[in-house]
Order: sequence, then C-alpha cells, then structure tokens
Amino acid sequence: MEKWQDQRAWLLVMPVVLLVAFNALIPLMTVVNYSVQDIFDSTHRVFVGTEWFREMLHNDRLHAALLRQFIFSGLVLLIELPLGVAIALTIPRRSGWGTSATLVLVALPLLIPWNVIGTIWVIFLRPDIGLLGHFIDSTLGIHFDYPTVPSQAWLSVMMMEVWHWTPLVVLLAYAGLRSIPDAYYQAASIDGASRWSVFLYIQLPKMRSVLTIAILLRFMDSFLIYTEPFVLTGGGPGDSTTFLSIYLVKMALGQFDVGRAAAFSIIYFLIVLAFSYVFYQVLLRAGRGEAR
Amino acid sequence: MARIEFKDIQHSYFAEPSRPKDYALQPMHMAWRDGGAYALLGPSGSGKTTLLNIISGLLRPSGGAVLFDGKNVTDLTPVERNIAQVFQFPVIYDTMTVFDNLAFPLRNRRVPAAEVRARVTEVAEMLELTDDLKRRAAGLAADAKQKVSLGRGLVRSDVAAILFDEPLTVIDPHLKWRLRRKLKEIHKRYKLTLIYVTHDQGEALTFADRVVVMHEGRVLQEGTPQELFEAPQHRFVGYFIGSPGMNFLPCRLSADGAEVAGQHLPLARHLLAQAPAGQALEIGVRPEAIDFAAAGAAGLSVAVRDVEDLGTRKVATCQLGDLKLKVVVPPEQPIPAERGTVTFNAELTRLYADGQLVG
Repeated sequence: MEKWQDQRAWLLVMPVVLLVAFNALIPLMTVVNYSVQDIFDSTHRVFVGTEWFREMLHNDRLHAALLRQFIFSGLVLLIELPLGVAIALTIPRRSGWGTSATLVLVALPLLIPWNVIGTIWVIFLRPDIGLLGHFIDSTLGIHFDYPTVPSQAWLSVMMMEVWHWTPLVVLLAYAGLRSIPDAYYQAASIDGASRWSVFLYIQLPKMRSVLTIAILLRFMDSFLIYTEPFVLTGGGPGDSTTFLSIYLVKMALGQFDVGRAAAFSIIYFLIVLAFSYVFYQVLLRAGRGEAR
Repeated sequence: MARIEFKDIQHSYFAEPSRPKDYALQPMHMAWRDGGAYALLGPSGSGKTTLLNIISGLLRPSGGAVLFDGKNVTDLTPVERNIAQVFQFPVIYDTMTVFDNLAFPLRNRRVPAAEVRARVTEVAEMLELTDDLKRRAAGLAADAKQKVSLGRGLVRSDVAAILFDEPLTVIDPHLKWRLRRKLKEIHKRYKLTLIYVTHDQGEALTFADRVVVMHEGRVLQEGTPQELFEAPQHRFVGYFIGSPGMNFLPCRLSADGAEVAGQHLPLARHLLAQAPAGQALEIGVRPEAIDFAAAGAAGLSVAVRDVEDLGTRKVATCQLGDLKLKVVVPPEQPIPAERGTVTFNAELTRLYADGQLVG
C-alpha cells in the first residue's frame, strides 16, 4: 500500500520530464542521429560512426571560426563588464523618477528585436546616409567601408554588440549596488575610506554574485551570436566576421551538409557547456574562498 | 575626546517642512559631557538615529549648530570630526581579513605600519579576537562580526566619541551581556565619550551613567537611571521606563489631598501648593512604590484582578474604580485574594499636569 503511494509520486514529476524531453532531449537526439549517419533521403541512409566528428575536428575553417569566436567573446567580456559597472556606478542609488527614467533609457537596446538591431547599424554605419558612417568618412576623413575592410567590419560588430548588451550588465550591476545597505557607505565614510576603497572593498565584493551571472550570460550569448552580425556583415568580408553560428548555418542550410553540421553542433554545444561549467566553478570557488 | 553640544538643532527629512510633524527632530539644546556614557532611549521612530547621525556628521541638520569643545563642526564630515560609529547590523569588509578590517581606519589615515600593528593587536586582545586575526571576516559569526565593527571604532585612540546605533540587535542574549560588559570595561579604561542608541530600557539602564529619553523627535528627559525611575519629567518617561510602567491616575485636588476614582488620597503639602489650575491632573506612582496595607488601615480600597508571579517579584493588577493599578511586591509577600487596601509611598508619589511633572 505504502509502496503504491510512493510510485504515484512519479506522476507529479511527469510534466517536468515531458517538458525537458520535448524541449531538450528529443531535439538533441535528432541532432545526434544526424551526426552519426549520412542521410540521402528518407529511405537511404548510411551509418558513418564518428566520421563527421573526425572531419569537423580537423576542419581549418572551423578552427579559424573558433579562434575568432574566442577573441570576440573575450573582448565582449573585457569591454562590457567594466563599462557596465562604470555606468551603473553613475546612476543615483536612491529611487526617484530620474533614476527610473535613466534605467528605462539604458534598457532600451535590450527591447529591440535582434535583426532590427542589425538593420539599425547597417543604416547607422553607411558612409553616405548613416550618422556614424558619414561622420567617420567625411568629418574625420577616414575612409570608411566596413563591408570590404575586415578591421572595420570587426570594429562595427564590436560596437553594435557593446551597444546592444552593455545595458544588461548595467542593470545587473545596478541591482547589485542597490542591495548594499546604507550602513556600509556610512561606515566607510567614518573609517575614512576613499572613493576607490569603497568601490574595491564594498561595492565590488557585494556585486560579485550578479557579476557572476553577467559574465555567464554575456559569455554564452556572445559565444552563440548570430543574428546581428549576420544582418550587418553576413560574416564578411571573406570569413573575417564568420563566427561559429554563422559558419554552422552556412554549412547546414547553405550547403545542406546536415551530417557535418550536426557533428559541429554537438561539438559547439559541448564547448559552451564546458566553458560555462568552468566559469561557474571558478567564480563559486572564489566566493567560497572569501567566505572562509 | 570632546564635549559635544547641540545649539538649536532641528532636522527634517522633507525639503520644505511646514508643520511640526514634518520634523524628525524638534528644536533642541543638548550637551554631552566629555567621557560620559550616554544611552539614547526611545521607541522606534523617536529620532534617536537621526540625532546620532547628526552628531557623527552623516546627516547635516536642517537648522542649528553642532559644537565639539566649543568649535562649530556642523559642516565637517565624519572623518574631520573624528567620530567612530557602530551600526545596528555588522558592517565588515568581506574580502579582508579581521586584521585588515581593524587596520582599515588607521591605514586610511596613513598611520605608520608599526603603530597600526600595535593598535590592532591591542584592540583584538580587548575584544577577544586575537585568534581570528588572520581569518577572513566574512566567515565569522554575527557576534564576532559585530565585534569587528566595534573594533574598527575603538582602534583609533583619538576619536571624539564612539556612537552606537542599537549595536546588539543581532547578537544572542548571553553574548549581548558579555559585549555590554566589554563596552563598560572599555569605557572605564579609556574614558571615551560613548553614546548608545537603544529601544531596550534594560540595555540603556545597565550601560549608561546618563540616559536621554526621546519621544516624537523631542528629548523628554536626561538624567541618571535613578532620576528617570524616581522622578520622570514626563508621563511618557514614566510609562516607558520600568516594567510595568508608572501608574497614572486622573485626579481632582481637594484641600488636603486628591480625589482618585471617588476615594480620598492624602497628598504632601508641596504638591498641593505647586498644582497649576485648569490643567488635567494625574497622580503618578511607580508600581514598586505601592504596598498592600493591613485590612482596615487607611488607604485606597482596590479589587485585585490578577497576580503574576515573576519569581523575583509579584505583579498584581488591581481595579481602582474605573482605573487600573499595577502593584509590584516582593515574592514572599502575600496579596489579598479579592479586595485589599493599598498605600502609596508619599516620597515617590508625583503629580503631573498635562503630562508634565509638577512635583
């Protein structure tokens, strides 16, 4: 009797099991399915084992895209985190209509659909009619043509990314700052702490948990970036702004190379998973070290 | 060390205060003796913390001047005033060790390293933190964290005063008692000016040589614990200090005494002489100053409603006409079961007019 009741408890977790199954497991298994077979049509298929994986791991274009991706995500973290924290520090701690208005304005880029962001920057950067493009090209006198100059393409993608996602870091950092009780600032002012000391010993440690989230989110999102650079540069000129996702989509939909693309997807997924895990562990350990 | 004075200090948190209610602190003069141990006592929202922050300089008063040893410091920062303050919740610098936490105020003032070491070691010893000096402060228990906060206040030998804003709120009761002893010890040894905010009268009365009672932004009385107990200047002080608080009995004066709930209570001549006309009069008497008399003796006749035996004393709740009267007697003393006669200690019987002490 008791055992029967225990078994029934499984029913309670069924919704979650089903949700996870349809959400994650079944699509993932489909990809695994593709990655170990060569599929010609619905009836003709050949099991190829790890062939696609071996091929992808030795693919030079993938290596280049991966390196590009790491440089991109590294730069994103290096620029967006300090910038986001710096902006958050300038927003008044007390709530009021000014603070609320500032936060809404800061958060605006986060509300724009991603392909629209790309389109906005395409126009913004045009040397003939775009505000910024025209300014660089005509006023500063620097020849600006980002679709043909790789360094300018990179700069453009970076600017767009920073403009789009720094607000998220600002919001997170600001939330962290708001949670610090006034007594900390009062104690610091009585202890004679400088502005820099207050930042280093109070604000930064108290922001650690939100900044951990910011680092994880920004790393993963920037590592998976697709829409905005696809709209802005299409991955060009050449392959110069072809990040992993763009390359993957080119392979899967452009060349309809489903087997290779599936193997690529799984490798991609494992890289993101591994890095997120490492980041999380490192930051968690740093936190525990401080609590000791 | 410094003598601290308030001249016409008042404060409002509103930009344009118009009514007296807008003021967190009503206009006041105050003086804190150099080396005194003061307790600021009052219910929540009575302006204690506001007053404290005005002393430390965290808050600039809307009006008036703060003087340290006669020097106007109203516009000076807490650092310039050289004040130490301990807050309700422990404030520690999470990433630093206990040693660095204690050294922080000194290092910020560019004190030489050797002196920093000496001071920190001394303060750590005093607060029994020596074994924790190398530990990260974030991992300490709440009471140890509060000791670190306290230590940062004590580490500077030259502070004008140390201010405490309900510092023992988060501490366990048995540790509370030890920390309070520690504070008294430190006060004795270093003759520091200590100002201690609390809403706990037990804490205030055991810690301080002088207690300042606040209510609704006003200082109602400043005095020794005994003065507050025996002669509360204001109805609120009598009610707030003591457990249970003072009994207040509305009365009408007659030629040689007062009419209380239809019964006659003889009063001392000087009280009758000082009573102002046309104001609401009340007799104020501590439960401890009331005694049960033998049946048939002169006194007020009451009905005993309830008796609480607290071990060290008994509290009887009596009915005197429409009025309630609390009586405290030693535990061994019998209390009449239903009706009894009570007498008031004449020396401790006070007269209040409109809530203010008459005599």
